[in-house]
Amino acid sequence: MNFDLRLPIGILFSLFGLILTVFGWFTRNDTEMYVKSLGKNVNIEWGIVLLVFGVFMLFLAKRGKKA
Amino acid sequence: MTGIPSISLLAAAAAPKIDLHTVDYLILLVYILVVVGIGFVLKKHVKSASDFLTSGRSIPVWVTGLAFLSANLGAQEVIGMAASGAKYGIMTSHFYWVGAIPAMIFLAVFMMPFYYGSRARSVPEYLKLRFDEKTRGLNAISFALMTVASSGASLHALAALLHLLLKWDYNFSLIVSSVVVLAYVLKGGLSSAIYTEVLQFFLIVLGFAPLVIIGLNDLGGWSGMMSAMKPEYAHSWKYMGTATANPMGVEWFGMVFGLGFVLSFGYWCTDFLVVQRAMAAKTMGDARRTPIIGAIPKMLFPIIVIVPGMIALALAAKAGSNYGIPVGVTGETDYNLVIPSLIAHYLPTGMLGLALTALMASFMSGMAGNVTAFNTVWTYDIYQSYIGKGKSDAHYMWMAKFATVAGIVISIAFAYVAKNVDNIMDFLQLVFGFVNAPVFATFLLGMFWKRATGHGAFYGLLVGTVAAMIFHGMSSPKILEVGETIYWIKGAWINSHFQFTSSMAQNFWLAIVAWSVCFVVTIVISLFTTRTKTDAELKGLVYSLTDKLKEEGEPLWMRPAVVGSVVLLIAVALNIIFW
Repeated sequence: MNFDLRLPIGILFSLFGLILTVFGWFTRNDTEMYVKSLGKNVNIEWGIVLLVFGVFMLFLAKRGKKA
Repeated sequence: MTGIPSISLLAAAAAPKIDLHTVDYLILLVYILVVVGIGFVLKKHVKSASDFLTSGRSIPVWVTGLAFLSANLGAQEVIGMAASGAKYGIMTSHFYWVGAIPAMIFLAVFMMPFYYGSRARSVPEYLKLRFDEKTRGLNAISFALMTVASSGASLHALAALLHLLLKWDYNFSLIVSSVVVLAYVLKGGLSSAIYTEVLQFFLIVLGFAPLVIIGLNDLGGWSGMMSAMKPEYAHSWKYMGTATANPMGVEWFGMVFGLGFVLSFGYWCTDFLVVQRAMAAKTMGDARRTPIIGAIPKMLFPIIVIVPGMIALALAAKAGSNYGIPVGVTGETDYNLVIPSLIAHYLPTGMLGLALTALMASFMSGMAGNVTAFNTVWTYDIYQSYIGKGKSDAHYMWMAKFATVAGIVISIAFAYVAKNVDNIMDFLQLVFGFVNAPVFATFLLGMFWKRATGHGAFYGLLVGTVAAMIFHGMSSPKILEVGETIYWIKGAWINSHFQFTSSMAQNFWLAIVAWSVCFVVTIVISLFTTRTKTDAELKGLVYSLTDKLKEEGEPLWMRPAVVGSVVLLIAVALNIIFW
């Protein structure tokens, strides 16, 4: 089957990462958005983790196509 | 293995309160659009009934491997294992390191060559090729009923949970989640279900990992969590010498033979829902590697699904933590709400949407897995065999799609039954337990003893099921006082000759009895009946009559037996580390 699942995985997690990072940036000073036990907003950090994972999957999908 | 967490609409007096914001809904919407989009993209690849029902045996091995694991990653895994983590501590890992890994390796090394090599399109069809039509019919009909009931139970649990946590209307949740599942399964068939299961695997890992990281950090790390628990919750084997010494109420023999052999091999090696993923692989080698690829993350999955339960257990015991495990209206602790309550306790808007999307994905994926297994067994093993023989491929394609819609509609009906009839799901789970308990004995004898006959297999299964029923009637899940009685669904409706310290111990021993009876009866009846299959007909179906697969040309890391042995050794090491 000529369908590379890494592409939708990459798109999905890149989008999730972007949403969390942008949202985290705009609410970075809002204490309501803090994780109480950490005393800070971690949406940006986790958004970047998701973004890196998503871009990595897109890279794998692109490399797979070349092959 | 097919149990669905029971979530009542009135479940918790102190249910966690969760408020979703626009960004949380946006994350959920993006997920739904992507999974439905996958279904539409795959539609152009589905040209025949075989494409729709078996993916045309064309799925890459890394996808089938993760789908093999994810097919089991439904509501029971995510909600149920966290609940068990809070209830039993690290002992819950037995469901992985004893109750899954050995069976997955056995399937890969010994059984997959027969399933895949026989060209059977389903597990019931293997039984027809190996034994006879009546054995296939018994397995196919009971399996079809079980899948739609499980799917309905999963749907009910999802709608009840969303109603409880988010105050969403029960009917709205039921219909929306059914329509989403129908949209992508109807377009792409089994391929859609498999691909979205893999998507859901990554979503669950990345959605729940923050919960584990933040929770452990809050407790002062792993050692902080373990020190907050009573000793019997912090060791997996140390307190298993007697059933009364550990929170599970199970002794080591019941655990090893009941869960580790009978139930786990019966599920992972014969349940078409998971075996179907391996049968969709491109080659025999890939089909054998599929369960092993699934076994590697499976070993580590307790970190994602059990540790949150242990965090809840430790957090509830920690002074000043402002966290308690939710209590139901009856005043009893409701462990099924551990994961939702931790999400509400720790995660802010944004990450909250990600975790809830992962939770919903696990329910929907469980439903899709059941529906795709149902439509295959219905089309090939029931309709094509008994109702519409010799029709065109286009006709079977139409029937497969009809079965998909019917499977969803029946699931919705089951969900409403579960909502409105008290204990109906407990009753169904009990009946399915009777049917499932002996089944591995039939497959074991079928694959490794050429003398086993169709009559032996069929009557062995029936007598094994009856034995399970009788044992249930003669056993109780607790030590009874003189004159004390229990509700019949829990057992002891004949007498209470066998008294256990927990329902888990009762279930494990019920499985041991049913399996043993089926094993002996199948052998005895086979010896007294004539073989109907010649050695030539059984080639590729029985171990002693099949050419051994040659692995010498493959690199070590590609050989199922070698990699499987390494995975088993790691599982043993994990048991020793957390002894």
